[in-house]
Amino acid sequence: MSQTSGDGHRDAIVRVSHVNKDFTLPDGSPLPVLRDIDFELREGEIITLLGKSGSGKSTLLRCIAGLIAPTSGTIEYRGSPVTGANPGVAMVFQSFALLPWLTVRANVEMGLEARGVAPDERRERAEQVIDLIGLDGFESAYPKELSGGMRQRVGFARALVVQPDALLMDEPFSALDVLTGENLRTELLSLWATRNFPTKAMLIVTHNIEEAVQLADRIFVMTSNPGQLRAAVLDELPRPRHRRSAEFEALVDQLYGIMTGAPQAGEEAPAAVDAALASPTDRPLPQARVGGLAGLLEIVANRGGQDDLPELARLLMFSVDDLLPLVEASEMLGFAEAVNADLRITDAGRKFVEADILVTKEIFGSAAYERAPLVHAITRSLASTKDENLQDRFFLDLLNRAFSDEDATNQLQTAIDWGRYGELFDFDAVSGELRLDQRGRELTAAEAAEAAA
Amino acid sequence: MASTRSFPTRGALRRSPFSRIDLIVGAAVIALLYLLVRLGQDMNAATLSAHVNSSVSTDAAYLPYYAARSLLRMFIALFLSVVFTFVYGTAAARSRRARTVLLPLLDILQSVPILGFLAITVTFFVSAFPGSIFGLECAAIFAIFTSQAWNMTFSFYHSLITQPHELDEAARMFRLTKWERFWHLDVPSSMIGLVWNGMMSFGAGWFFLAASEAITVFHHSYALPGLGSYVAASITEGNLGHIVIAIAVMIVLVVGVNFLFWRPLVAWSEKFRVETSEATDQPRSVTLDALRRSHVPALISRPLKPIGRGLDRVTRPFGLAEYPLFTSPAKRRAGNVVFGVAVAGAVLFGAYSAFAYLDAQGVLGQFPHCFVLGFYTFLRVVVLLIVSTLIWVPIGVKIGMNPRLSRYAQPVVQVFASFPANFLFPFATVIFVAVGLSLNIGGIFLMALGAQWYILFNVIAGASSIPTDLRELATEFGLPRWQRWRQLILPAIFPFFVTGAITASGGAWNAAIVAEVVSFGSHHLLAAGLGAYITEAATSGSFAEVLTGVIVMSFYVVLVNALVWRRLYGLAERRYSL
Repeated sequence: MSQTSGDGHRDAIVRVSHVNKDFTLPDGSPLPVLRDIDFELREGEIITLLGKSGSGKSTLLRCIAGLIAPTSGTIEYRGSPVTGANPGVAMVFQSFALLPWLTVRANVEMGLEARGVAPDERRERAEQVIDLIGLDGFESAYPKELSGGMRQRVGFARALVVQPDALLMDEPFSALDVLTGENLRTELLSLWATRNFPTKAMLIVTHNIEEAVQLADRIFVMTSNPGQLRAAVLDELPRPRHRRSAEFEALVDQLYGIMTGAPQAGEEAPAAVDAALASPTDRPLPQARVGGLAGLLEIVANRGGQDDLPELARLLMFSVDDLLPLVEASEMLGFAEAVNADLRITDAGRKFVEADILVTKEIFGSAAYERAPLVHAITRSLASTKDENLQDRFFLDLLNRAFSDEDATNQLQTAIDWGRYGELFDFDAVSGELRLDQRGRELTAAEAAEAAA
Repeated sequence: MASTRSFPTRGALRRSPFSRIDLIVGAAVIALLYLLVRLGQDMNAATLSAHVNSSVSTDAAYLPYYAARSLLRMFIALFLSVVFTFVYGTAAARSRRARTVLLPLLDILQSVPILGFLAITVTFFVSAFPGSIFGLECAAIFAIFTSQAWNMTFSFYHSLITQPHELDEAARMFRLTKWERFWHLDVPSSMIGLVWNGMMSFGAGWFFLAASEAITVFHHSYALPGLGSYVAASITEGNLGHIVIAIAVMIVLVVGVNFLFWRPLVAWSEKFRVETSEATDQPRSVTLDALRRSHVPALISRPLKPIGRGLDRVTRPFGLAEYPLFTSPAKRRAGNVVFGVAVAGAVLFGAYSAFAYLDAQGVLGQFPHCFVLGFYTFLRVVVLLIVSTLIWVPIGVKIGMNPRLSRYAQPVVQVFASFPANFLFPFATVIFVAVGLSLNIGGIFLMALGAQWYILFNVIAGASSIPTDLRELATEFGLPRWQRWRQLILPAIFPFFVTGAITASGGAWNAAIVAEVVSFGSHHLLAAGLGAYITEAATSGSFAEVLTGVIVMSFYVVLVNALVWRRLYGLAERRYSL
């Protein structure tokens, strides 16, 4: 039987109230990562936190685990505030986080040992969980002898053996291949449905929409920059759930729409992008390379110029959300429009796909210059210097005012990829120098002439 | 289908309760225990003897005993280094405040020429245990300790701060106590670096052992029973034959310790590799295989298990390996201020007392003289590095690019690097005297005897790390020799070369202290240099002069580190890492 058919008045295990989290940027200014997060994790339910990478969902999970402190707001476990590692939860890590020098059994016993459980009882409890999770026979193996799926089973066993009130999971299946992940998910769900599963609630972070739909009772969609809970969607499909069922696909489409930014009830539609006006930090570049972008557009063009995204993802053997940056990039450049879960190619996009390589580069260069704020800003800055070059450090410093180090580097790398392809500017990795290219010179000159006229 | 593998494997069948391996391992353990007790008694007995010997017998029959005494000193120092490493490294990594002091201090400790301090530490320890040899024993062990500890501590600290993030989170999430975290996570995750650095530092330790067992400080001569003092006594007697025997014993020791101790440790530490992919070239050890096949380790460790559990329980009150998520900023700032003032006060007071002491002793005027001498030694180090580079880089590249050759060459070079070069000084002295070469030039050669191997060793490692496809590409394109060197080989080995050159330069400065004054029988050679100044001051001068010399030498080393090595290292990290 399923524990999810609750009465709505179940006890809250974890209560998150008005949590904000800022990271401190190198120059000392705060970078908001989480904004006003507020929810409860109740007994008997599975919540999935769904968001793109960089939406702060892992940060939120770590706040709940008591591994990092929120900047403001409170997190309570059973009514008492969390001021250190949360005593009532255990966590499953994306990268497994097993100690490679301990055997499976020793890894599983670790948490019990730390709680001072006597050796005999330790062994017995570990044995039970190892059986439950399908690891029997592997007790004395070392993690490096195991496949990814088996390693994550150890991760589950290690977390469950301490019988946590709630189990937190940080992208637990995303380091596994598709089939292994699916297998483990299904097993987890069937264990959850039994009465003696040693935890009362689960909070799962994922970027995979179908995974979220398959697992959850409630789905929270998080937006990026800063991370906010954008929507809470009840997932009341009957279990076991079938991916091919119409309801399942409808829910996936709905979530897709929310994640690609289709305005929800009560929200304003986002303003049209004008690269000359928008700042590179307001409209960060989606992390998509030109090759991937062109590939996606070509496929959509070949399939009649419009396609359902989940369908497309299935065709490409990707999870839908792997396509998200590509979709966003084609939208930003005006090559395609996303309407709910459909991607429709535009005229510009069609030209981009069908032209020969030189024209393609020209179209791409213009689109990136006009519509991608960071690319525009870099090209303009280069054109305004005397010798038409600048150090990458300069742009990284600027980006650092709004992005973490890693994100700033990613932003610049994407901009360089786009700028190079469009022949707007070039980059010398050794000297770290960005140099204006022919096409960039033309476009900036044209813009200047237009402004003068 | 016939299979070549049997089940259970033949190796498993060999695990019968009474195997020959068990006998050998068991006998070895008992012999080791006996030796420890016996030698320990001697160290103890020596404390009762009325006066300190100034020389040891050069009867070759004593050599095994001397070798055992020297070896015991080395291992005691290694043990102390490990303890120091654990405490110091943990403090530096875990406490932000402690780190601000401990790290720069470690940097300085690593830069100062340890041998220069020998005179000071010997005096201190001998006076701490008056009328006994135990103080001298401590001084020798301390000298070896100082040659090992800093490297190991840096390695441990570095491992701690680069610990995989998710393992740290898992340890906190599962509420390990401080003690459990240390032994379950901190030590294992640092093990590979610790063993490797321990092995290399242990090798360097022989040099200091040889220099510290027999020493003349402020007109007093001291000698401990050991290999180093045996060589020293043979040098005074002018007996080359005895030195040859001592060298043979030394080689047996270095190779034996490598075979029986370090090699098994290196192979064993592989299990602590965090990356899930296996290393392509797994280090192996015959000794470790034998130990793994025998029952003796299990037999010994079984009674130890309850002790471990007991320790887990006893250390529980020290608390979890956790820190509070919320701290009051005001409190922290106040703490920082108090701490900063205390540290600054201590440093200023120390600097002032040193200055006042040197002033009172009237040696301040010696500083300019020392700087000039330091410059001579500096020139020697530079020449040494250039010549060693020109000789060893091409050879190292040749060896490193040949995988089979480098597999055999690497351990051999490691033994060369471990071998205490000061054992060879008497031969060089005889040659210098015979051909009439001044020690001003010859000193370079003596300093190079120990230091050059680090360059060779690292160049081999660098060349063997060049990916095969890059090598094949170069061959395929038929790159001319010079272009191949300029575009492939030199950039690839550069980071390794810099590491080797830093170590070689540090070793050379230290070696200058024993290489700028040498003697054999009635021959005494002296070079103009800071090393000679320090040695002369230690044997017949004053404490203040030693201090002056050491301060100037440290200044040179720190300056060169900051101006040259740091920059090259940074360049290597940025530009040339593969």
